Amino acid sequence: MNSSQLIGITTFTYLFSTILYAALFIFKTRRLGPVATIFTIIAFMIQTAGIGLRWLESYQMGMGRAPLTNMYESVVFFAWAIILIYMIIEWKFKTRIIGAFAVPFAFLAMAYASFASGITKEIVPLIPALQSNWLIAHVVTCFIGYAAFAVAAGLGIMYLIKNTSETRQATSSDTTLLGSLPPLKVLDDITHKTMVFGFLWLSIGIITGAIWANSAWGTYWSWDPKETWSLITWFIYAITLHARYTRGWGGTRIAWLAIFGFISVIFTYYGVNFLLAGLHSYGSSN
Amino acid sequence: MKNRNPIWDFFASVKLALFTLFFLSTTSIIGTIIPQKETAQRYIERYGEATANLFQILSITPNMYGSAWFLSLLGLLCLNLIVCSLDRFPGVWRQIKTDNLNTPLSRLEKMDPQCRWQLDNPPESTASALKIFLKTSGWKAEERKLDNAYLLFAQKGAMTRTGVYIVHTSILVIFAGAIIGSILGFKGSVMLPETKATDKAYAFGTNSPINLGFEVRCNRFNVEFYDNGMPKSYRSQLTILENGKVVKEKAIVVNDPLSYKGFTFYQSSFEAYQDFLITITNKNTGLSETVITSYKQQSSSEKNGLRFGIINAEARGQSVSRMKVWLTDDKGEPSLFWLDDGEQATVERAQNNFTVSAKQMYATGLQVAKDPGVWTVYTGCGLMILGLVVAFFMSHQRIWLYIREETDGKSSILMTGNANKNKAGFEKTFQTLTQTIKKT
Ligand code: HEM
Repeated sequence: MNSSQLIGITTFTYLFSTILYAALFIFKTRRLGPVATIFTIIAFMIQTAGIGLRWLESYQMGMGRAPLTNMYESVVFFAWAIILIYMIIEWKFKTRIIGAFAVPFAFLAMAYASFASGITKEIVPLIPALQSNWLIAHVVTCFIGYAAFAVAAGLGIMYLIKNTSETRQATSSDTTLLGSLPPLKVLDDITHKTMVFGFLWLSIGIITGAIWANSAWGTYWSWDPKETWSLITWFIYAITLHARYTRGWGGTRIAWLAIFGFISVIFTYYGVNFLLAGLHSYGSSN
Repeated sequence: MKNRNPIWDFFASVKLALFTLFFLSTTSIIGTIIPQKETAQRYIERYGEATANLFQILSITPNMYGSAWFLSLLGLLCLNLIVCSLDRFPGVWRQIKTDNLNTPLSRLEKMDPQCRWQLDNPPESTASALKIFLKTSGWKAEERKLDNAYLLFAQKGAMTRTGVYIVHTSILVIFAGAIIGSILGFKGSVMLPETKATDKAYAFGTNSPINLGFEVRCNRFNVEFYDNGMPKSYRSQLTILENGKVVKEKAIVVNDPLSYKGFTFYQSSFEAYQDFLITITNKNTGLSETVITSYKQQSSSEKNGLRFGIINAEARGQSVSRMKVWLTDDKGEPSLFWLDDGEQATVERAQNNFTVSAKQMYATGLQVAKDPGVWTVYTGCGLMILGLVVAFFMSHQRIWLYIREETDGKSSILMTGNANKNKAGFEKTFQTLTQTIKKT
């Protein structure tokens, strides 16, 4: 068994987790709840083992390095962090339905890592610019932030779905499909907390990235497209925090901002590398 | 809130902050789509004369992020932050420093959560017992005697109210660092052949030279490759010289630069030459000499009385891996042998033995930066993280205990409290506290 196989398996286990959480949401079979949780935990442990094994393999290949340095590895870590953050939310807020909106992001990320063309799964050694502990710190912190924003977007979608159905039917009885979703107020609160958490990590991620750039090139900020987009994303979440704190925004507006912010995250992460390609030097490796 | 000057209000408003942040985000996108810092010629080729002109008039090219209008937006953000903080901070400070033992009973009675109970002991001993209890639970209480009552007050994290201001200040500190760097700093590069020294570097963009005030010499440069051919490391052995004297030595690699007197030298690129560095040492006399020789050219070492040359070489890309050396002291047949790049060999001639080492000659590309603002920027970054943690995860928690003397000498207690954030968490703390108090 090698790391690629283990990580490959995770793609399917997360698909199955998604199905379990979706079934829980749609059919409201409460007994399914613990099954979904336990299954997801097992899938998470398999992925953790896969990432760990990949690390070990890089040592066996004589180039020991953390498995966090190219597109494939960062997407895998992204999925891992989404599940981790979701699990914490499930445990803290004692609600499982959110899984139906958060776990799919992890599955999609894994599916992308596994099946997209042009993503190499090979363990390649690090070119000199990438040999830095600041790079590892940078990737880890950014992706914890991104994962939190993914979960927040899932929560935002939940909020909007529930909100439209409530206004349409004016009854929020438990018999409707969406009755099983947590109350709007709770969703709003968790969305906000998740975004706050993500904002802290994104801030640390931008800072560690700047320190890395300074140690490699002597310039902590050069307005290259990737840096600029991470700053744009950061601004969007800063706007969201201020709108909520000082102007009392909540509910639908914050839900939309959570989704909108995540689109910006995707663009920072993916769009810059592939749509604005060729404009800067280390995009394809990050 | 005495100052109702409309201009002040405008710059203190969060609406302006939202507008500025929104405008900064949207305009920043432009510079990520239209490549920055290219030549005027490139822009004309890419977009046509008219559009390229328009971009230039709008300062979108060549350097939008350094243009007057973009910097003004950043300046507006700073001004907004400063005015907003000046506007609000005094109020927050008053809240931190306020005398909480002066809080009127009417307000305490309205607070949530709260809890009431009675004790048989008189208020005086009750108050001191409660005070001791609070202390053992980690709440240091102050006490004040009122008419037929005692008021206890304890708080945690009053200073956490400043968290937001730490974040806002950190942004100003980062800007200050950036401004220091852009005024007093220098960004440039220099291409330095092995064995050569320079006391100048050349600024990016203008290429104008700047005096370092000392010399930097590249003694040696190496590239290492992985088995699959990818570069593994670029390494330059640098020496800093002042008035010809060695003052510092370091081998730099990417991500590990050398700093001296405010200048930092970063490994950034290299150039491979078709020349070779040959070092020959006479084993008997110890005399040593390093000579630069071109491919297939004869050179000589006067000290050692030798003639030699590289007559063949094998390369991987631009990098030579092996070379064939021809060498003679004109006494007998010349020696002919292969050497790996950077290796040395012993050559036995009739009268003397020599060690010969050879390597391809490179120039190392150094990025040279001087940025006295970096530590200010890093301080700002540290402050930002600190401030965010405080603002997001810490709260100011306060509890009051009002102990009143009842007519029969017993005391009745009103305990209440509040927190400025995480109210649910505070309620839990409050409940455990009241439960244990009532038990003891
Ligand atoms: C990129 C720039 C900015 C960042 C990163 C930032 C960050 C923050 C953070 C983290 C908070 C705390 C929110 C919370 O407690 O959850 C906050 C609150 C606040 N910010 Fe900013 N801010 C920025 C710019 C501004 C500007 C320009 C203003 C000017 C009006 C401003 C006004 C405020 C106000 C009034 C609060 C609420 C303070 C309170 O709760 O007492 N911010 N900001």
